[in-house]
Amino acid sequence: MKKTNRSNVVVPRNSPRSFYGDGIPGVNPDELVGKLIVVEGADGSGRSTQIASLVEWLETSGHATVQVGLKRSTLVSEELERAQNGNILSRTTLSLFYATDFADQLENIILPSLKAGFIVIADRYIYTLMARDIVRGMDMAWLRNLYGIALKPDAVFYLAIEPNELVQRNLAKTATLDYWESGMDLGLSRDLFDSFVEYQTLMESAFRKLQRTYGFSIVNGTRAVDEVNAELKKKISAVLAG
Amino acid sequence: MIQAMKTFAQLGFPGRLVAVEGLDGSGKSTQIYLLKRWLEAEGIKVYFSEWNSSELVKSATSKGKKRELLSPTTFSLIHATDFADRYERHLLPLLRAGYVVLCDRYAFTAYARDVVRGCPPEWVRGIYNFAAQPDLTFFFKADLEVSLNRILDGRPKLKFFEAGMDLRLSPDPYESFRIFQGRILDQYLAMSAEFNFTIIDANKRIEAQQSIVRKLVSERIDLDEFRRTSPLPLPPPVRRKEKVVVEVEEDSAA
Repeated sequence: MKKTNRSNVVVPRNSPRSFYGDGIPGVNPDELVGKLIVVEGADGSGRSTQIASLVEWLETSGHATVQVGLKRSTLVSEELERAQNGNILSRTTLSLFYATDFADQLENIILPSLKAGFIVIADRYIYTLMARDIVRGMDMAWLRNLYGIALKPDAVFYLAIEPNELVQRNLAKTATLDYWESGMDLGLSRDLFDSFVEYQTLMESAFRKLQRTYGFSIVNGTRAVDEVNAELKKKISAVLAG
Repeated sequence: MIQAMKTFAQLGFPGRLVAVEGLDGSGKSTQIYLLKRWLEAEGIKVYFSEWNSSELVKSATSKGKKRELLSPTTFSLIHATDFADRYERHLLPLLRAGYVVLCDRYAFTAYARDVVRGCPPEWVRGIYNFAAQPDLTFFFKADLEVSLNRILDGRPKLKFFEAGMDLRLSPDPYESFRIFQGRILDQYLAMSAEFNFTIIDANKRIEAQQSIVRKLVSERIDLDEFRRTSPLPLPPPVRRKEKVVVEVEEDSAA
């Protein structure tokens, strides 16, 4: 006979839900019974590794999951990619293009999945988009209004890593530094290495500024993968228990 | 960057921006085209920009429209992206360089349309508040029936979003279009005073309207300041098709 405690699947508790602003016309947040878990952090902070492991854990625990991320919408992802490669968009345009991509995924994947009771894991959310825009001098009140469409997640984890460590990790992985992750469009330095460190330092302080408003958990990402994972699991278990 | 309620003149730009607004079929595009022709003939540095025309965003918009992928929110955001692209890459530099910029539709189109679609008015206005106000906004006000008939007389195939079919106002596209346009007109009229619209009676003859438009533009903008000093660039050279010499291969088997 199976032990009941092994086959028992925990049903997540409902918790109060709201949007940051007016949300999406016609959507009642109370119907969104699933959970929205966000993992934020720079490239090389271990996001993908952690998310893969969390999905594995959640699914074996009996929870259905869906993953979303930036630049993955049916509507504009291709165009966004093309525009970025040409590097011809001005900052307001790029910002709005990303917001369109986010809104499309919000309406077509995140909200319906939550309504159906899924656990949605977001590989970055509005905070990365806002941090990038803040670093590029966009107005905070403007951004807050724009992302008033976003649903407040059940948990947001920011994997914090020192820029110098990020450089090491990115170079170990790809032997180069990404143009956009280095903020080369900002003209901080003509040198890719210097620009990367400077840009990631700016991004980190933008995240800390956002953390004060949006109150997400900062997770020390410098530790071993398992250690970080254990912390995330513990916190997510608490969210599911309500 | 937030300069929502100031005009380009008030912000110290050397250029001036003239916008036209109105329902589909109000004749606004005809009027701004004729205004452009006149200004060009007068030797004024003039640039024309049309709503929803940025090359970059167009492919996404047309895909979204064709496949009916757009919600009120993404419809609004993608048009804002289009506007931002034209604003930052064309309008701002041209206005800095002392051009008279003519816009067929401006943010007011979004204020009216997106709100009818159900987006919160403050949200829509907030998004567009990176853009300054036009120095002159003409609103072409025709009787609703006149505008509707201009569009509907030919019984054209109305596009899904154009007819406001996404709002589920009526299963009949023509009826849906009528209700949709009526609601947009209400929105326009409600914001007319706030944004200082100059209302043109669009039931008048084309020439009568154009005469008023030209008169108002020359009263409100000192056109002498906007004359072209550098010569117009030459049109690109016409490429002659090179003669193609076809070499006939000799049949080796012969």
